[in-house]
Amino acid sequence: MEPRTFTVAYAPHVHDGSSATRIMWTVFLTLLPAAAVSVYAFGLDALRVLALTTALCVGMEALALVMMKRDPRACLDGSAALTGFLLGLTLPAGISNGILVVGAFVAIIVAKQVFGGLGHNPFNPALTSRVFLLIAFPKQLTTWPVPRGLQDIQEFMGLAVTRTNDAVTSATPLAAIKEHAQRAMPNIQLNDLFFGVHTPGSIGEISALALLVGAAFLLYKRIITWHIPAATLLTVAVFGALTHLVNPARYADPFFHLFAGGLFIGAFFMATDFVTAPVWPMGKIIYGVGIGLLTMLIRLWGGYPEGISFAILLMNAVTPLLDRYTVPTPFGSRAAPKKTGGES
Amino acid sequence: MTTHANPFPGGIHPGYHKDLTSGCEAVSMPVPKILVIPLSQHLGAPAKVLVKKGDLVKAGQMIAEPGGFISAAVHASSSGKVTAIGPVELPNGSMGEAVTIETDGAHEWEKMEPIQNPFAADPKVLVERVKAAGIVGMGGATFPTHVKLTPPADSPVDWVMLNGAECEPYLTADHRVMLERADRIAIGVKLIRHIMGVSKVSIGIEGNKADAIEVLKKAAGDLAEVVELPVKYPQGSEKQLIFAITGRRVPPKKLPSAVGVTVFNVATVAAIADAVIDGMPLVERVVTVTGSGVNKPGNFRVPVGTRVMDLMEFAGGYGDDAEQMILGGPMMGRAAASDNVPIIKGIGGVLVLTAADMKNTDFGVCIRCGRCLRACPNAQNPMLLGQLIEKGLFSRIDEEKLREIVLDDCFECGSCTFVCPNRRPLVQFFQMAKGYYRSQQKRKG
Repeated sequence: MEPRTFTVAYAPHVHDGSSATRIMWTVFLTLLPAAAVSVYAFGLDALRVLALTTALCVGMEALALVMMKRDPRACLDGSAALTGFLLGLTLPAGISNGILVVGAFVAIIVAKQVFGGLGHNPFNPALTSRVFLLIAFPKQLTTWPVPRGLQDIQEFMGLAVTRTNDAVTSATPLAAIKEHAQRAMPNIQLNDLFFGVHTPGSIGEISALALLVGAAFLLYKRIITWHIPAATLLTVAVFGALTHLVNPARYADPFFHLFAGGLFIGAFFMATDFVTAPVWPMGKIIYGVGIGLLTMLIRLWGGYPEGISFAILLMNAVTPLLDRYTVPTPFGSRAAPKKTGGES
Repeated sequence: MTTHANPFPGGIHPGYHKDLTSGCEAVSMPVPKILVIPLSQHLGAPAKVLVKKGDLVKAGQMIAEPGGFISAAVHASSSGKVTAIGPVELPNGSMGEAVTIETDGAHEWEKMEPIQNPFAADPKVLVERVKAAGIVGMGGATFPTHVKLTPPADSPVDWVMLNGAECEPYLTADHRVMLERADRIAIGVKLIRHIMGVSKVSIGIEGNKADAIEVLKKAAGDLAEVVELPVKYPQGSEKQLIFAITGRRVPPKKLPSAVGVTVFNVATVAAIADAVIDGMPLVERVVTVTGSGVNKPGNFRVPVGTRVMDLMEFAGGYGDDAEQMILGGPMMGRAAASDNVPIIKGIGGVLVLTAADMKNTDFGVCIRCGRCLRACPNAQNPMLLGQLIEKGLFSRIDEEKLREIVLDDCFECGSCTFVCPNRRPLVQFFQMAKGYYRSQQKRKG
């Protein structure tokens, strides 16, 4: 037999078949139940916002890649689409198209590509953009269309529904509690918060159930781990329980705090963003507790009715520190070396 | 007796593909016309050559003696004429000295004398015999066995472990040795107990080899306990195996003797028995020939020094679409550029893959998903280390003290790279960095 040559490559020569693109699109798919509830509740306006933010973010990504002379096909790796979809889910359904363009620009160009693109952004792009929009367009970002099925109810949560020329708007449960705790609290039904079809709010946050279905799949697929969401939810629940015990007339019960607002989408889909969250188990737990605490501080005593976005962004800033100081002990060594973590 | 084992942290579950060959009895391969026998088939100093061009040698004749304290002898696998002594390509990709023998087909033996009544013999005599037989660890690390049999006085060994995990996908050579040579392994265990003066011997076998567990339980009797190991890669790695069986954790950068344990591959133990009972040096080993790119997967008893091309000819040849040839298993084996390389003592498999099986090696940036951190059996930080090395930040690695425990202790099992969704070549990064530090040390030293 004559000698024969072969193609060489580095070991290992086998791979588990996972891909970053598939992970991104899987997360995208797990958000569809929440999106579907919103399209049912808010109609085609919700669909318009989600489609536009997703398309605009992919477009912005392509633009950035072309400008940097990189392969523009990378815009389809799912990360930009996911950012866009998540951004859309944090916005009210009635928002104008112009604001969406600004939002996509901030998310992809300012929060992601300026820092070096995928894998290098210190802050969650979708949340950075949402918070930017909230500060830049406070009125539009807090104008909540009334969901289908609630149109005829004049008294929601003890508060009147506002009718303007062409839209009917309402306060979110969190805003209602913040401003009119006494009147609103007895009227808010927990199962409305849980199923979400009757609740005013951002597109993606209204149904806790739909978000849980998606999150369960992510946990089952081990795309996310339990540490961050569990720490966040538990902290909110404990904090909510303590304050409720101290003054039940002023502070809502822990179940309200768990199911209202953006806590579920934040804890399961935003706080767990690979790039901006800590990587080690202990770091994830500290990070989750921090998010829970900050969220409750803002909800109860801050200037905004909801605080999850700010909480996650603030904890994003702590991520490099947590990565550095929560490195587990390498196998076999009794004490971890003093300084082994850190992020480049 | 079977006991349960401690699961180590991390690890992966690759597709095993062992059923291709696990039922194939090891077939003796006839001696090929040409044998290429490298002088460095082991860890440590190369052996010193004892023959010269034109010499006639016999099967089993020592052709090179140990070249240092950590070194091993090398023997002719068959009789014939030395036609060349010079550098050849070794399975690990480097060039090294080798003795080329043109065999005469007579296969005339020159064995050592069997040791009569070995269990009454002085252990030193037995160790000398293992040294003279050129036995090295056949699991792949190829550490000289006689050195392992004589641990330094300051780290006494109280527990000996036989490694029958064979966690590399595709390979079944150790599995076949356990099935076909269980009695030899039992004799080897008895010899090791006598030489090292230990009473505790455990044989670790992954649960997917139930038949080998049965056979060895019967053969070993009271000499050793057989431990069924969880099926998880890299269960056969020394430190993970020791933890599984004893619960002892070998500290980073330390040898197993630091926790009073020594580990031998099962085939090595059979070779020890061969050397003592039959006077047979290590001149052949079982090799699994497998993968979608071969016509007839199987196990073969191959004379050391057989070129892969000759083995493949005997084994039934390559399929039409063979594209990649790996010496060893798919996780830690090396893809060779040519099949004109010899099978040496530490090579347990020839895996041939087709283009369809080959891994796509386009890689992207780290997205910090953390999968590598969960897969690392040493609970280390492949993620950060890979990013620093990719950017050439070697000074930062020193600054972060990542080198001593994290980089030096990585044994390149490939688990991190196996699970990376962006297919980052992490193991290659680590090898590169290790090479960089070695060259720096040389410049200084």
